[in-house]
Amino acid sequence: MKAFGRVYLCLLIFFLYLPIGVMIAMGFNASPYYQLPFEFSTRWWHELWQNAELLEAGKNSVIVAIIVTLIATPIGTAAAVALHRREFPGRNFLRVMLLPPIAIPWLITGTAMLVMFYWSGIGRGFHAMLIGHVALAIPYVVLVVSTGLQTIRQDLEEAAMSLGATPLFAFFRVTLPLLTPSIIGAALFAFAVSLDQFVISYFLATPGYTTLPVKIYSAIRKGFTPDINIISTVLLLASMALVLIYFIFSKFGAKDVRR
Amino acid sequence: MSAGPATTAPALNMGGRRLPPWVATTALLLPAYGWLLIAIFLPLGAMFLFSFMTATPIGNKEIGYTIDQYKIFFTQPYMWQVASWTFQIAFATTLICAITGFLAALALARSGLGRSQWIFLILILLPFWTNGLVRIFSWTMVIREGGFLDAVVQFILPEAASVGFLYSRPGIVLGLVHGYLPYMVLTCYIAISTIDDAIVEAAESLGARWWTILGRILIPMAAPGLIAGSVLIFVPVVGAFMEPRILGGPQGVTLGTVIEDSFTQGFNWPQGAALSFMLLAVVLAIFATFSGVLRRNAEL
Repeated sequence: MKAFGRVYLCLLIFFLYLPIGVMIAMGFNASPYYQLPFEFSTRWWHELWQNAELLEAGKNSVIVAIIVTLIATPIGTAAAVALHRREFPGRNFLRVMLLPPIAIPWLITGTAMLVMFYWSGIGRGFHAMLIGHVALAIPYVVLVVSTGLQTIRQDLEEAAMSLGATPLFAFFRVTLPLLTPSIIGAALFAFAVSLDQFVISYFLATPGYTTLPVKIYSAIRKGFTPDINIISTVLLLASMALVLIYFIFSKFGAKDVRR
Repeated sequence: MSAGPATTAPALNMGGRRLPPWVATTALLLPAYGWLLIAIFLPLGAMFLFSFMTATPIGNKEIGYTIDQYKIFFTQPYMWQVASWTFQIAFATTLICAITGFLAALALARSGLGRSQWIFLILILLPFWTNGLVRIFSWTMVIREGGFLDAVVQFILPEAASVGFLYSRPGIVLGLVHGYLPYMVLTCYIAISTIDDAIVEAAESLGARWWTILGRILIPMAAPGLIAGSVLIFVPVVGAFMEPRILGGPQGVTLGTVIEDSFTQGFNWPQGAALSFMLLAVVLAIFATFSGVLRRNAEL
């Protein structure tokens, strides 16, 4: 029975990684139409560096993701601290209000943003994408930081205050350092959410300013070439690396003072 | 000063002047909720208004208000057909994820993997955090005619016909299962790992067969995980548009692709807005129905 379970898990993992593996392999296949049999070539890696549009979209994706991270992390952390360390009327309501950005299908949120941004004159493009991505990232930041706050003993902060520290000083010198792994985890999350975001970007991008997923989508519909394959692979591996770093960080976070 | 926990949040001491606690609370919350208001809640309101318009208000077109956009299901039988395809795809995806995901969670939690349990769990969750678009596209290389799958089949049976099923509804379901399965594994794993081993051991020592244990103990006790996973999969899948587009081709007409088209190709925003709102109504109804189970699950 136990052996069966292990075989089953291995089959499942094979299923999950099969298309990813095929995609990586096809980036090294000489045929532009993904023809088999496989013939090794690094031709597409060279072509990638010639494709200025694609590299530009990739650069845009990374820039948007960095700015989104820098905005969403402090805003979300502040909200998490308020939701967890302070008692006020409507707190549960505000907690519930974090769910719609995550739970409503992105197609609905994305089209709604398109309608409203068009209508209000905000328009589409880089700034519109930024507004949309930050809104999606904030709930994730709040959730990750809240989980971290739950593992930090609040009486440490109170002890500091009873020794004469101001609440602000106590927060910055006691809670914040203990919270740092969670905040870094939350920032990585925000970065990954923005880097992978396709649906919202798709409705808010302009022909002159696109991100990589939007570019990939239009390429798929027009005719996909293997150099896009390779940049997809790079994107895929980058996301995986980010999540692995997150797992490592959250492990470190777990070692901190527990309740 | 020994302020109790959050109940009597001490006032922030700023420049010697004490601010009332609500000022600090508001200052902490305002950026996040202001942002969500502008980027999520106001747009949803704007779209609701749009769904009652007679035409997209571009240029100097005269705009009236109507509920015709919501009558489309009664006036165009084709839309019923599309809605029915969408829900069939979503049910099939959820069901397949429920069965395979539950078994995976069971194998993870009860195969005595020890420390490597975590490695397996991370390996299962990892693809989930990679770009969905890229993963969906990678399936086209596997399941198309003459693709990887055909190459494997023809290596074993050189005379075999193509088994490629790109541009079909099973193709769409395959891509969606691949995309959302980790949700189910995670929620079921959390639910199963809270079941006390002693209960299962007691049943075993009393002579219960494995299917009795599965049907009478494991599935009922893990039901909250199964339900939470199903909701988390069903909701995004009914709103999916890029999976049907890429893996379904001409066969891939769903509510999601119709909404996408009315915003991008057809330029009929009121129509798209009305369809989006009907979809949102379904989503909210699902969340309302299962909110109790979801909340209990979130507390685990």
